Amino acid sequence: MQDPLHDIRASFFVECEELLEALQDGLGELEAGGGDAETIHVVFRAVHSIKGGAGAFGLGALVGFAHAFETVLDEVRADRLAPTPELLRLFFKCSDVLSDLVRAARDNGQVAPARVGAILTELHSFGGGAAAETPASDDFRPTPIVLDLDLDLPPVPSARPARTWRIRFVPGAELYTAGHEPLFLLRALAALGKAEVRIDPLPSTPFVAYDPASSLLSWTIVLDTNENETAIRDIFEFAEGLCTLEIGLSGAADGGRRDMPSAAPANNEGAAMPVPPPLGEEAASGRDPRLGKTAATVRVDLDRIERLVNLVGELVINQAMLSQSVAEAGLAADGKISSGLDEFLQLTRDIQDGVMMIRAQPVKSLFQRLGRIVRESSDASGKSARLVTEGEATEIDKTMIERLSDPLTHMIRNAVDHGLESAERRLAAGKPAEGTVTVRAGHRSGRVVIDVGDDGAGIDRPRVQAIAEERGLIPPGLTLGESEIDSLLFLPGFSTAGQVSRLSGRGVGMDVVRNAIATLGGRISISSEPGRGTTFSISLPLTLAVLDGMVVEAGGETLVVPLSAILETLTLRNEDVTRIGPSATAVRIRDSFVPLLDLAWLLGYGPGRPLYGDAIALLIAHDDGTRAALVVDRIVDQRQVVIKGLEDSYGRVPGVAAATILGDGRIALILDPSDLMSRPQGRPGLRYAEAG
Amino acid sequence: MTDASPTATGDVELLSFRVAEQEYSVDIMSVREIRGWTRATSLPHAPDYVRGVINLRGSVLPVVDLAVRLGIQSGDPTERSVIIVVDVGGRAIGLRVDAVSDILSIPEGDLQTPPELLADQSAAFIRALTIVEGRMIRVLDVRRVLPAAEDAA
Repeated sequence: MQDPLHDIRASFFVECEELLEALQDGLGELEAGGGDAETIHVVFRAVHSIKGGAGAFGLGALVGFAHAFETVLDEVRADRLAPTPELLRLFFKCSDVLSDLVRAARDNGQVAPARVGAILTELHSFGGGAAAETPASDDFRPTPIVLDLDLDLPPVPSARPARTWRIRFVPGAELYTAGHEPLFLLRALAALGKAEVRIDPLPSTPFVAYDPASSLLSWTIVLDTNENETAIRDIFEFAEGLCTLEIGLSGAADGGRRDMPSAAPANNEGAAMPVPPPLGEEAASGRDPRLGKTAATVRVDLDRIERLVNLVGELVINQAMLSQSVAEAGLAADGKISSGLDEFLQLTRDIQDGVMMIRAQPVKSLFQRLGRIVRESSDASGKSARLVTEGEATEIDKTMIERLSDPLTHMIRNAVDHGLESAERRLAAGKPAEGTVTVRAGHRSGRVVIDVGDDGAGIDRPRVQAIAEERGLIPPGLTLGESEIDSLLFLPGFSTAGQVSRLSGRGVGMDVVRNAIATLGGRISISSEPGRGTTFSISLPLTLAVLDGMVVEAGGETLVVPLSAILETLTLRNEDVTRIGPSATAVRIRDSFVPLLDLAWLLGYGPGRPLYGDAIALLIAHDDGTRAALVVDRIVDQRQVVIKGLEDSYGRVPGVAAATILGDGRIALILDPSDLMSRPQGRPGLRYAEAG
Repeated sequence: MTDASPTATGDVELLSFRVAEQEYSVDIMSVREIRGWTRATSLPHAPDYVRGVINLRGSVLPVVDLAVRLGIQSGDPTERSVIIVVDVGGRAIGLRVDAVSDILSIPEGDLQTPPELLADQSAAFIRALTIVEGRMIRVLDVRRVLPAAEDAA
């Protein structure tokens, strides 16, 4: 129950720090004579926001002071008070007190009431007296604590009879490691009333056995106060689970106290809890994990994580280099070395996984945004639709989450706009009037798969083909298979909506979506069933930092081809290769002709070979289903490589996606098969896909 | 004369090096490190003066063959070639040169604007000229060496 509040409270204090900074900046500007009307507004708003937040958390002292401060600021804002140097100095002092109060509230500390009182008095002389409900009167001034009156938790503290509590406070070592200071807690207790703090006798540990990290001190506090037990426990709120706390009403058992006539529990509240349960143990069993969890969360600059990811990338490369050197030196036979190396490999992998986990985030945040898109789309299109999400806990790389937002938004809009039928047609087809768009995320064979599906009419394939012909994207009269027709949707300049609607059809088509997915190393595919709906599946690598690749050689250079693009490897036979133009060659693979691309020639590393007999080729596929055979000299290896950007250091290289560092320390280029295939010489056949 | 003068105010420190028997130099402040030659990985469709990329402690470093870039010759790099890693607007580039010769400390006033009539290809990359012990040393404008960096500058 307290858990969410805990977090909110923590973020309030973070926000306070920012506001205090803005306050200081604003005051500095005013003092320097700069600043305009807006500056004083900024200052006012900062104080006002702190007051608002503090009010929500019942931080009475803070609210009272911020209110007094704000009242005077408001006078300045309304031009009723001139920001004289004296006044500004006071404001600076106020801002100091305010930040002390904020920190005191955060750390359960206490600000000397006299100091707050003095400043308040000064503020009142400028008109801040309206701060408290009671007009600034003589009896109010010396006791500024009274500000708590209208705002703090106990509504009428003075009405409560004073009682004597006996509190035993035994801090655990965790209290200190968590950065708490018992002194502040004791001071806060003392502020509740008359406190007598006694340190308990130290356990008789011999000096040599003394462990400086352990906690040996404990205190017994006898407190005369009007406050109830809740108020006392509140002081220890942040120390909960980190200490043993016994709070009890001091009765006859306490021989040390005589002067408490009302010590006997007069009301039922006291009687109800003669011996409160030892909080420490309760906390240790029930609340510790939760507290531990909140404390373990840190906000880290993404750049730092990025750096760590890069360093781990280095480590992976370094490990590979080391293994290679060991193998070359013929030391692999040595049991110790090879087992040490194996352990190193394992550790490297674990570190890599761990670091990738830091970057991984559940797709939930992404999915939450989509709900709004569905609502907006269904409003705009007049179709009623709802979003169903599954697998929200699936984690993917943070960068990918950001870069998936646009394509997914577009796909959702498409699903509502083009996928779902109108309510009448749905009812006529025996479906509920409300359409459903399903977004499902999950892990499948080492990749993340996100499906966006609708329960609409499915792809109207004859119409898709007709439109593609009409737009001149394909020659008329082709016999195309279902998947070929479906992939027409990805052609640039294709839009199936009969009329351009407000939502989709803005010239951004599925081709843009496909390209966005492709730059993330992903693939997109369609499955559709007439009358049942259409599902687009996006398959993405788990991370953007490593890639499964096939290491090949061509023209004397070592290159990496992403495994995701390779359909199969083949050995060519001369009789299967046909020259179909001066520089265009095709190879017959089973029943189809596939353009043959000589990699060495394509990349300018050397001349194309005259004969392809016995040459090795990789059958690669473009996302739209276009295929090509890439001729290489040799296949070296299949392995994971760490991706190194090339664009930052050199610029974009056609046909190359990135670079990587191989085990021998040399750089190898990672090819971009789609880009290679879309280069003019790489497209001798399959003309239809080139149009547009 | 060269090494004797300490870095006084107004002096420019230059790293001088040889490219095909000609002496060039760069501002030492832009030099990150000097390293021996390693075979570079060629980049497809790159200009002829871009030798390729090498691995500089985990980052990808493009290497420009200065001799080709300056239009002097196009000999293949030898084992004795040296790569000077320079910083150009926050990016690192490797310059392949034949040998590093000296560190020169030269008063700012001794740097002369190159005469307009320098018509050969290398003129575009020369920022200034100076004479040290009777030898002419050209001061290179590293920002012009890579075409992409030139655009950014």
